[in-house]
Amino acid sequence: MSVKLPIYLDNNATTRTDPRVVEAMLPYFSEVYGNAASRSHSFGWAAEEAIDIAREQLAKVIGADPKEIIFTSGATESNNLAIKGVAEMYAEKGDHIITVVTEHKAVLDTCKHLEKDGKSVTYLGVGADGLIDLDELKAAITDKTILVSVMAANNEIGVIQPLKEIGAICREKGVLFHTDAVQAYGKVPLDVNDLHIDLLSFTAHKIYGPKGIGALYVRRRNPRVKLTAQIDGGGHERGFRSGTLNVPGIVGFGKAAELLMEEMESEITRLTALRDRMAQTIMDACDSCYINGHATQRLPGNLNISFEFVEGESLLMGLKDVALSSGSACTSASLEPSYVLKAMGLGDELAHSSLRFGFGRFTTEEEVDWVARKVISEVSRLREMSPLWELHLEGVDLSTVKWNAH
Amino acid sequence: MAYSEKVIDHYENPRNVGSFDKNAEDVGTGIVGAPECGDVMKLQLKISPEGIIEDAKFKTFGCGSAIASSSLATELVKGKTLEEAMSISNAQIVQELALPPVKIHCSVLAEDAIKAAIEDYKAKQALSIK
Repeated sequence: MSVKLPIYLDNNATTRTDPRVVEAMLPYFSEVYGNAASRSHSFGWAAEEAIDIAREQLAKVIGADPKEIIFTSGATESNNLAIKGVAEMYAEKGDHIITVVTEHKAVLDTCKHLEKDGKSVTYLGVGADGLIDLDELKAAITDKTILVSVMAANNEIGVIQPLKEIGAICREKGVLFHTDAVQAYGKVPLDVNDLHIDLLSFTAHKIYGPKGIGALYVRRRNPRVKLTAQIDGGGHERGFRSGTLNVPGIVGFGKAAELLMEEMESEITRLTALRDRMAQTIMDACDSCYINGHATQRLPGNLNISFEFVEGESLLMGLKDVALSSGSACTSASLEPSYVLKAMGLGDELAHSSLRFGFGRFTTEEEVDWVARKVISEVSRLREMSPLWELHLEGVDLSTVKWNAH
Repeated sequence: MAYSEKVIDHYENPRNVGSFDKNAEDVGTGIVGAPECGDVMKLQLKISPEGIIEDAKFKTFGCGSAIASSSLATELVKGKTLEEAMSISNAQIVQELALPPVKIHCSVLAEDAIKAAIEDYKAKQALSIK
């Protein structure tokens, strides 16, 4: 049994474009190259037709109407359009937004931007399992609240927020509900009507589609959501988002969504098995390891583990044949460990010691076994080298040690 | 983040990993850093009655640069007098390992660990003379 190195386990960051998606896109670069906004000739009509098909494929995944799908450049833009668009459009109704401390920066930084413009934002905390407290959400809603933005599934720890309950609370209070569903779209069942979602951001490159194309679901009925456009121009996409449509990207996005629909059920089973296999193998062999995030209410393809007494970046370095990401800050210019893990109450030392494994459509059981073995041997090698592990074996409680911090 | 070959070599083949008995009179132990900052370095020196560093061992919790810095530090101090070892600077470690700017902190830790180990040794000696 041999595996091809390096092994890609960073599917929460991005996914490989499925060859079937690439194949579907190819004719739209060179044969069907019309501008979808050109209504006066067949080149434009062909492009428009392809886009209509994609819109349908994308809407179907979340139980939406194709007319409710607005194309953007990606989920960052979708989040910006949803949040800023609501804040500006509904300014007369209120100036308060509620979100969560573990959101992606595309949401948090957008909210910070609005705070500078005088809006008020409540950032809900999360419990040790990474989930929000629904009573806290209810209590935070005031008559000035216009939007609640809570991500569907977290990119670092994979926990899935209680969307149905959040949707019901928002609906009852007459507040719009936006969800950043980048990680959850097509990976777990989501129905915008069942969950009372009014705005939903998603992107192609997390679902085995191309980079540079995303979308925003905008509810048209009960209630009809209005947004202030963030990009001015020719009034494309019902005026919500001007700019010539990225036809090949959209075709690929649609094809990716179609494949998700066909394979969602079997993928959930397969990825859950791979994730549990990895978790079980590692936890059986290594002491003092902790899985971060809710045990069951989580994405099938995400596993986040803290390896106590080992620093995340040095562990990554030992796993040089595996593409992974770490909750440790040492990988970036900042020295702060993951704000998501810290928000769950993890101490800095455990937050510095975590790895995120993201399994995807192309991950095999052989790869999972290879990585699990490698993780186990590297953790044990680095612990042999760790003064903290030595103290732990001597029975010293590390929280009682007086460190000489730098 | 691209590391130099030397950092990778020290990370993959760390020199002098291990521990001496920290209560031994001829051993000086320096522990610097803190787990919440992401690095803790323990450096131990075995010192001859003539004041020569005969052997050194380290254990480090930290990133690859921290491991490489402490591994290199154990090599640098061996055979040196306490005075010579006190004059080893972090700049020397930065240069030898070609550390990127964000990792200079690791070399400072290594320099401090050497100094802390020597001070620990000196404190022990002062006590035993009494």
